[in-house]
Amino acid sequence: MSTSTVPADNSFQLSQLWRDARYRSYTIQIIALVVALSVVMMLISNAVENLEALGKDFNFGFLYEPAGYDIGQVLVNYTSASGHWKAALVGLLNTLLVAFLACVTATIIGVFVGVLRLSNNWVVSRLMAVYIEGVRNVPLLLQILAWYAVFIHVFPTPKQAVKAPVIEGAVYATNRGFYIPGLTFDGGYQIVVAVLLASIAGIFVFRRWARQRQEATGQILPVGYITLGILIVPSVLAYFAAGMPIGLDYPVAGRFNLKGGLKVGTPLIALWFALSIYSAAFVAEIVRAGIMAISKGQTEAAYALGLRPRRTMSLVVLPQSLRIIIPPMISNYLNITKNSSLAIAVGYMDLTGTLGGITLNQTGREMECMLLLMATYLLISLSISAVMNVYNESVKLKGR
Amino acid sequence: MKKMILPVALGAAFAATSLSAASAGTLEDVQERGKLRCAVSTGLAGFSYTDENGKWQGFDVDYCRAVAAAVLGDADAVEFSPTTGKTRFTALASGEVDILSRNTTWTFSRDADLKFTFLGVSYYDGQGFMVKKSLGVASAKELDGATVCIQTGTTTELNLSDYFTAEGMSYEPLSIETNTEGRANYLADACDVYTTDASGLAASRATFENADDHIVLPEIISKEPLGPLVRHGDDQWADIGRWVLNALKIAEEKGITAANADEMAANSKDPEVLRLLGASGEMGASVGLGNDFALVAIKAVGNYGEVFERHLGTQTKVNLARGLNAMWTEGGLQYAPPFR
Amino acid sequence: MSENTFAYVATSEKPQLPPPQGTTGAVGWARENLFSSPLNTILTLISVFVVFSTVPGIFNWAFVNSVWNANSLDECRALTENGACWAVIRERYHQFLFGFYPTELYWRPILAFVLLFVALVPALWDGMPKRGAALMASMTYPFVAFWLIWGGFGLEPVSSTKLGGLLLTMIIGVSGISFSLPIGIVLALSRSSNLPIVKSLAVIFIEFIRGVPLITLLFVAHVLLNYFLPKGVNFDIVLRVVIMVTLFASAYMAEVIRGGLAALPKGQYEAADALGLSYWQSMRLIILPQALKISIPGIVNTFIGLFKDTTLVLIIGLMDPLGLVAPTLADQRWNGIFVELYAFIAFMFFIFCFAMSRYSMYLERKLHTGHR
Repeated sequence: MSTSTVPADNSFQLSQLWRDARYRSYTIQIIALVVALSVVMMLISNAVENLEALGKDFNFGFLYEPAGYDIGQVLVNYTSASGHWKAALVGLLNTLLVAFLACVTATIIGVFVGVLRLSNNWVVSRLMAVYIEGVRNVPLLLQILAWYAVFIHVFPTPKQAVKAPVIEGAVYATNRGFYIPGLTFDGGYQIVVAVLLASIAGIFVFRRWARQRQEATGQILPVGYITLGILIVPSVLAYFAAGMPIGLDYPVAGRFNLKGGLKVGTPLIALWFALSIYSAAFVAEIVRAGIMAISKGQTEAAYALGLRPRRTMSLVVLPQSLRIIIPPMISNYLNITKNSSLAIAVGYMDLTGTLGGITLNQTGREMECMLLLMATYLLISLSISAVMNVYNESVKLKGR
Repeated sequence: MKKMILPVALGAAFAATSLSAASAGTLEDVQERGKLRCAVSTGLAGFSYTDENGKWQGFDVDYCRAVAAAVLGDADAVEFSPTTGKTRFTALASGEVDILSRNTTWTFSRDADLKFTFLGVSYYDGQGFMVKKSLGVASAKELDGATVCIQTGTTTELNLSDYFTAEGMSYEPLSIETNTEGRANYLADACDVYTTDASGLAASRATFENADDHIVLPEIISKEPLGPLVRHGDDQWADIGRWVLNALKIAEEKGITAANADEMAANSKDPEVLRLLGASGEMGASVGLGNDFALVAIKAVGNYGEVFERHLGTQTKVNLARGLNAMWTEGGLQYAPPFR
Repeated sequence: MSENTFAYVATSEKPQLPPPQGTTGAVGWARENLFSSPLNTILTLISVFVVFSTVPGIFNWAFVNSVWNANSLDECRALTENGACWAVIRERYHQFLFGFYPTELYWRPILAFVLLFVALVPALWDGMPKRGAALMASMTYPFVAFWLIWGGFGLEPVSSTKLGGLLLTMIIGVSGISFSLPIGIVLALSRSSNLPIVKSLAVIFIEFIRGVPLITLLFVAHVLLNYFLPKGVNFDIVLRVVIMVTLFASAYMAEVIRGGLAALPKGQYEAADALGLSYWQSMRLIILPQALKISIPGIVNTFIGLFKDTTLVLIIGLMDPLGLVAPTLADQRWNGIFVELYAFIAFMFFIFCFAMSRYSMYLERKLHTGHR
């Protein structure tokens, strides 16, 4: 009688922290926070202590010292006298370049393969299954190394390639890379570029206007031709008006290599190729799952309306399955970007190769380089997922 | 709750492995472990390679054996860690190995910035170029525009850049990780020139099918004093490593070989020989070793000249002349401080 | 009246005619499946051309013209024009399987490998008698395997530097797989819990790990981990790699399991609460069994990815099968034999990964019918 089942308001007991559901969640969280913080603190204090013991400090000043090494494939001006930060930038751009190229080609190949895998043509779908299973079950690193070895052994040396060009005087395929004509920019090229950008913006405005007009009046304009016209005519006019400031630079045979033109080195090609082939298999599976998830009724309804199989696919099934396809595609693109760090195995100087490789090695600044490297990758990953999530949201809204 | 994972995982890891306690000194650690941990190259003919039984052999490897013999009395008490040009320094800095013996160039920044102590020069080398004869190149000055294979993480890529800049020439670098890849790329004509230390070029060339189709250009563009190194901060350990190397050189100078070392220790009249071989004085104790540490080391691998001839000399496939690495008494640069 | 007098009216049922020729049998099948439209026909012809131009060549190279007995690549090339030189595999297969593990101790990793399957039986076979006890016994496997491979306690110790080849792959892969599942479950539960601090810690951890490439984590294991540990504490590089690979896989695992948790109907959670089960009871008895079941395909895919990713250790200098290619090529007798080596390693990985993916598909089918 005296011991009430309802405890008095102010009689707080320590055991309540654990037994009472009102407090328990706080207890757990505080413990988690304390443990997490103390682990982090422990790691940091250890690092400080160990660095001190080795007589090393922690600063990023080394980034402004001359790098001292050269890089084979660069997108911006870089010499060995540039700072380590510039080398890291070259690496970052190289990472983004190969990741972008591989994402595009992997998507194209993957969508084809995924659709063909579902084709009712037995031979084709079997062949695609063999491709997908074969590629998916072999480590990517092995594939990159193997393709690189194939490229340097199968393609001709520059000397032989000069005798057997792909396109005489313009395109050469050698085991050191592919040479294609490059662009040269003289004074006044900015005008042409500006006009080109303006006309691209103009195209968007025009198409929007054309659609509104169609919805309002029902009249259909030849949008395709006009778009093409806007894209080409002003730029060509500007090109001639500015005195033809943009020219082509053709590769020519040199003493050792081809000179001039644009060189796409074998490391880049091998990496790009391997990444595309490998990731395309995953894209294909994603596409296949997306298509299979669309109920058969949709296809049958489309057939009943008299649509051909190909139009059914492109007008009815694919637009619906996109919603299912996009989330796994995002993580696939992220994987491609992260996998591009395997560039190091074939000597393509990406971010891992410059900042996390040569710079780290020549300066001995492991802590700084690794932190910077991981932070950069994290930033790339988070921004890709952010952008793709926005897109994902927009697709979702359209559907409902 | 979630962060429990790391401590738990680490705790399990600790429980599962032998946890080396805080170290007083490297020497004590090594003696307690009973094994010397030595980082060598993943593969460079003559310097370090595995034979068909998986046993490590080579010039750099034998130095590790000598140290193991001096410290532990057993030349085979060595654990070899194969390292690449890139991983070697971290292996040493992190304490994963006790000593690094991997044709490493002694430079200011490695000494001062990377906080390593070099123990002397075991091999005087210089960076050279190898090209195919069919290119018709006779001098490195004709290499303008060539594609060059270089090993990353080495001084060679810095020297290369300096050299081409100084000569006003351009080149296209092809960065590779290991000597094996370098050879593969060079042989497949993915590059015109392979550059590394002249000894490495000779070693690689020796393994080519048609060695005569390749020439090493006359220019040597850098000084590459190669030697073993240890971490900063343990002078006793550095002294041991330094004096094992010196002992091997003094042994050659004094004519002590693996075969006659015992006899020399007993019968020699030369006081320095007696000191070196532990027959007089208490020299070993001052570095925490037995008095006969040099004797054991020499008996295990032979003197400097013997090690050289066994792995690199003119009788081997690598076929290198002593050149700069002859004793100072014979016109070379190898000169050990006196043992007293 | 029932008598039928008209000649053109059938008096009995006519025998069924066979379907028109060209819609049945091989021809019909081909018509339906291979030549139903011009595009299809073109595709078929291209595919057949691809198959016929590659398969016989590869078959001849790999089997008909191949050489198994030779001492060097030159000998191989003398024996066959365009065949594979498997002699190198014959000579070095033990290296590709065991690395530099002492030959006389090979029985230990082999025993560990066999025991792995023994330990897997209770996990894979639902109907096993006394499954619970057997599962508990399986839990001790990692310790037994550790003891067998590294030695100690009466067995001759073997140093980590001697581990290599498929053995190393299996060590990293199997320990990564077996530790990442429980950690992944805890992470997934944390991330989908309603405790804000716990949840955000889990989010930070998962997003961080998933945001960086595995290779940078391996670099950390190789280069930085010693800085973060108390002075003098130093453990084996293989163990460091295992820890990093496990953390990496657990973040992915957590996301897969979180998907499973989210896919469960809310009613399941509410029903568990209504029964008065505590959080852990409801998780253990109601939620997790169902969520894990849904996520099995994803879990196995993560396993496969993890297994393939073990090859990355070659970049930090460990001798996994791929890492052993360089030392083999460094031998002047085998200079330039990369195709055979790559093919052999690819085949090795393919077998393991393909088997795992088939098993996952089998499970998927089995569980699929169970659900509907």
